[in-house]
Amino acid sequence: MNDDDPGSGKGNDWRAWLRQASGIAEELYFGRYRATIARARRDEEDLFMLLVFSEMMGVPNPASYYTLELQPLLLERFHDWHRRMGMERSPLDHFRCC
Amino acid sequence: MSAIIVLLAGLVAMALGYFIYSKFIAERIFQLDPNFRTPAHAMEDGVDYVPTNKFILWGHHFTSVAGAAPIIGPAIAVIWGWGPAFLWVIFGTIFFAGVHDAGAIWASVRNKARSIGAVTGDVVGPRARSLFMVVIFLVLLMVNAVFAVAIAGLLVNNPSAVVPAWGAIVVALIIGQLIYRFRINLLAVSIIGVVSLYALIGIGPSVPVELPGSFMGLPANSQWIVLLFLYAAIASLLPVWVLLQPRDYINGLQLFIGLGLVYAAILLSNPSIVAPAFNADVPAGTPSLIPLLFVTIACGAISGFHGLVSSGTTSKQISNEKDIRFVGYFGAVGEGCLALAAILVTTAGFATIGEWREIYGAFGDGGVNAFVTGGANIVANGTMLSEPVAVTLLTVMAVLFAGTTMDTGVRLQRYIIQEWGTIYSMPVLTNLPLATLIAVGSCVALAFGAGGIDGTGGMMLWPLFGTTNQLLAGLTLLVMTVIIVRLGRSMWYTLIPLSFLLVMTTFALLVQLKSFYDAGNWFLFILDIIILVAAVMVLLEAAGTLRRHLRTAKAAG
Repeated sequence: MNDDDPGSGKGNDWRAWLRQASGIAEELYFGRYRATIARARRDEEDLFMLLVFSEMMGVPNPASYYTLELQPLLLERFHDWHRRMGMERSPLDHFRCC
Repeated sequence: MSAIIVLLAGLVAMALGYFIYSKFIAERIFQLDPNFRTPAHAMEDGVDYVPTNKFILWGHHFTSVAGAAPIIGPAIAVIWGWGPAFLWVIFGTIFFAGVHDAGAIWASVRNKARSIGAVTGDVVGPRARSLFMVVIFLVLLMVNAVFAVAIAGLLVNNPSAVVPAWGAIVVALIIGQLIYRFRINLLAVSIIGVVSLYALIGIGPSVPVELPGSFMGLPANSQWIVLLFLYAAIASLLPVWVLLQPRDYINGLQLFIGLGLVYAAILLSNPSIVAPAFNADVPAGTPSLIPLLFVTIACGAISGFHGLVSSGTTSKQISNEKDIRFVGYFGAVGEGCLALAAILVTTAGFATIGEWREIYGAFGDGGVNAFVTGGANIVANGTMLSEPVAVTLLTVMAVLFAGTTMDTGVRLQRYIIQEWGTIYSMPVLTNLPLATLIAVGSCVALAFGAGGIDGTGGMMLWPLFGTTNQLLAGLTLLVMTVIIVRLGRSMWYTLIPLSFLLVMTTFALLVQLKSFYDAGNWFLFILDIIILVAAVMVLLEAAGTLRRHLRTAKAAG
């Protein structure tokens, strides 16, 4: 968000001003709820993580053929996820991230 | 007395407060350090901890703390004349609210930006922390009940505001969708939102809506209260981006436009204040000015609720410690300006003193309806708006403020109930619909319990709400004072407001206790006792903690 973007060139002054006003409005709109919305999104993602890794924890998942493909992509977030879920160590036998 | 003179005197005093007193407090007492690495930088995560430009942060802070309370409180308190209300708002803002709000941010910033409740736990003790939660719950309970009663009264008195007030919710829902689903430029959306809101206000007078006189034995007033809580329950369950976020944003814009409009109208029409400076001839049944004035005006002079905003969100975004002075203290000044506007329109918005006395026929009578009537007269005189449109405008302004506070209030109450469920291992309380039901149910019980089934007596809760709010402010001031004593600095700038507040709130509770007893209102009598117990506990906690720390400081020094 470029709310301190200086105007470049005289002709573009009003455009820069408009961009700056937009930036301020955006910051005013999103700033206050950034945390709440990020948390809500994280909750949704946590559920998704559970679906993707459910087979490994013994929960049958009819879509596992497809979710298996996602596992490497989500591996980066795996450590944060299991810690958030209250498990200090990786709950899976097959791979340990910590 | 010309309203402009009072207006200017108030603004000059608050400006002096900001430029002189807040500078002194920031430099000598808090000793704000521009080189201190604030939590926003130390723990920056792009979500909670985000270093934010101080003007934007001020915008967030101000719009979060300003609402219907700084309007309703002064609008009731002018019954003692404009002088006492004016002095308490101005001196309260300068010496109490500004120091409290900035201090709450400072205490939080210096404690890893944790909430003031958590800081209380560390600085004062776990007992004080539990007390804090109870007081917060009581404040929320009362604010929701009182605001529902106030909105219901406004909607019954001004049927022209029904369509725009509820239409504003539809506007907010559409804005939320436009922004998140269609990613339309925010500036454009803001303009669309504000224009549609004001268009609704414009057509409001031609489509008045009145509820039936009686439905299932409930009068119109009670029907609105039930509808409002139904709405608040649903709104508090929706994801924030759907309704709360766009509604808050539009409200913020509306706050600046409305405040600007009222100030401009006063300057353009220069009304004279018809109410007496000191009303020696108060209606029968009006309680004594001391101590009731100091709890009737809470927000606008000092409000504990601000400490929650200061320490919950604002402190996580302070980029430079020096900004605390502007964001916190000037935020309080902004709220003082709103309260000042409320005082002026409720005392200068009437043609004669007879008309004013008619509106203020009994304690608690004037309130927000006086704000709407008086404000509409001034706005209609000072601008080219017609009287019915001006009435609708002011009503919608008050309804929107109170409504958004209800949305947030019910949500916060639910969080507390869920947290209690976790702390005391009662998983049933963490259940979302059940926690919401308990939150809303307790508010409804309070709204009707306080004033009977027609719900019109709910405004009797107002001074109790103010009292609880002041107690909360007292707890925050206690935390600040302890921190200041530990640092070996002068404690008087927070200790004097703290003592004043605790004495006045306890005194007010006792006075009200007697009046509830005399009136035989046992519901409020019990509520008063509960708050009194909390007040005494805060008092004991304050005295004990301070003595302990002073002794340690003396032994060390």
